[in-house]
Amino acid sequence: MDIAALNPSYGLDCLPMPIQSPWRADFPGILALEAEGQTYLDSAATAQKPQAMLDALLGYYAGGAANVHRAQHVPGERATRAFEATREQVARWLNAADAQQIIFTRSATEAFNLLAYGLEQQFQPGDEIVISALEHHANLLPWQQLALRRQLKLVVLPLDSHGLIDLAQAAQLIGPRTRLLTASQLSNVLGSWQPLASLLALAQAQGALTVVDGSQGVVHGRHDVQALGCDFYVCSSHKLYGPDGVGLLYGRTHALEQLAHWQFGGEMLLHTDYRSASFRPASLGFEAGTPPIAAVIALGASLDYLTSLDARAVSAHEAALHTELLSGLQQRQGVHLLGTPNVALASFVVEGVHHADLAHLLSEQGIAVRAGHHCAMPLLQGLGLNGALRVSLGLYNDAADLQRFFSALDQALELLQ
Amino acid sequence: MSLPASAQAALDSFSACQGWEQRARLLMQWGDQLTPLSDSERGEDNRVSGCESQVWLLIEATGQYRQFRAYSDARLLRGLLALLLVRVNGLPLTELQQLDLPDWFAQLGLARNLSPSRSNGLQAVLTRMQQLLASDD
Repeated sequence: MDIAALNPSYGLDCLPMPIQSPWRADFPGILALEAEGQTYLDSAATAQKPQAMLDALLGYYAGGAANVHRAQHVPGERATRAFEATREQVARWLNAADAQQIIFTRSATEAFNLLAYGLEQQFQPGDEIVISALEHHANLLPWQQLALRRQLKLVVLPLDSHGLIDLAQAAQLIGPRTRLLTASQLSNVLGSWQPLASLLALAQAQGALTVVDGSQGVVHGRHDVQALGCDFYVCSSHKLYGPDGVGLLYGRTHALEQLAHWQFGGEMLLHTDYRSASFRPASLGFEAGTPPIAAVIALGASLDYLTSLDARAVSAHEAALHTELLSGLQQRQGVHLLGTPNVALASFVVEGVHHADLAHLLSEQGIAVRAGHHCAMPLLQGLGLNGALRVSLGLYNDAADLQRFFSALDQALELLQ
Repeated sequence: MSLPASAQAALDSFSACQGWEQRARLLMQWGDQLTPLSDSERGEDNRVSGCESQVWLLIEATGQYRQFRAYSDARLLRGLLALLLVRVNGLPLTELQQLDLPDWFAQLGLARNLSPSRSNGLQAVLTRMQQLLASDD
């Protein structure tokens, strides 16, 4: 799709018309919310879904459901093929070498738990797990609890003043006892790309395993797990315009081989008698129980849809909207941004105004933004804040959404300040 | 069931409210009337957990009557707390235990503040109030 033809604003230095999203009409949810008077600016929490995904979800159920990897019958075979086709698509989306390196979980959180339990035997008391100060609870708690179970040391990498993991300090803190490093690619609070290349290199130099939380990052631009060079990459479907109930875990083959099986049952086994069993390797060995079949198939439709878009046009659109969001926030008195956001979102506080009051009044005006600690309580505490507001963008948002947000913000601040 | 006079006044003013702005102003006025708690009262023991904002709730017994005091660092939530206290304070325990508080907020046109979302402040306050009443004998 040639976006310049659809939207002349991208081709000109001055912007004669407001930013529009040529993809907005593909998302019935954003249109329904708009019709209801709701301006949705919380895509970093979960995204609206394209019509193609809704069609796939209905199509699977309406066409006849069947379980996967079990039966020889035609419906079962059809479901299995569609299910496995999504695995291939995910592998292509992330540029994984082999589809068997992709494990479907129920959520990104479950994928982190799988790693923390599956790798538990690799750690000895006194070993160190390194995380960053900006991790989402999903990438903090499983490791924190593992550290408590196995008497490990949890090392937390501090941030610099821009909200980036401080590499100089990381170089000091990552050492010979470091067995695993896990870090977010794109912060869900600060909206900043983290210096992963340097960071992963520091961990790899110590022979440590590396985990990347791609939950936010995977939604913006295309990422190549092989180029990234991490051992594991975790993300979720529902932020990537797919259905909820599906998390994705990529692992390098050698890294996957280090995982112990952690949930048991269903078709994850090779053989069992009453007393003992042997299990399949990844991916199926880590997908115990009936997986979210419909959701996985529908994720395939979302990825098809995303693949059909002009990636450069999407990035340009997101960047233009983000610039407008930042400049609008910076123009307002007393507004303080958290960190230096690069893309997709901005979190902020307003001097002398409680974030809960602002959230209350924005919500009264039909503005759906996130308020609070954003599942990163220690990060907010570290910044000396009880909470903040976060505006986050999807590819369907447009300048009119931001105008509604800013006018609601001005009205709310007039009442509160 | 008896409605305390100040609660009736609240009901009258919120019923006459037109639009979100007027409602917000009124809510903040009610919140401004709330007596702040002392530093020692704003301790962990009285803290209502599960709120995005800081909220404290205390119960005091005088004979069969129960008196609540509450405060929050957020202004609009302070208003909601004031509207809660005006409804519950001055009632005997037996009547308190039967009170339909969600209905009270619905009558005020503020039902939306009782969303089932985990981070919601007012809902957590009501739950805490029930716990305090249940453990009160």
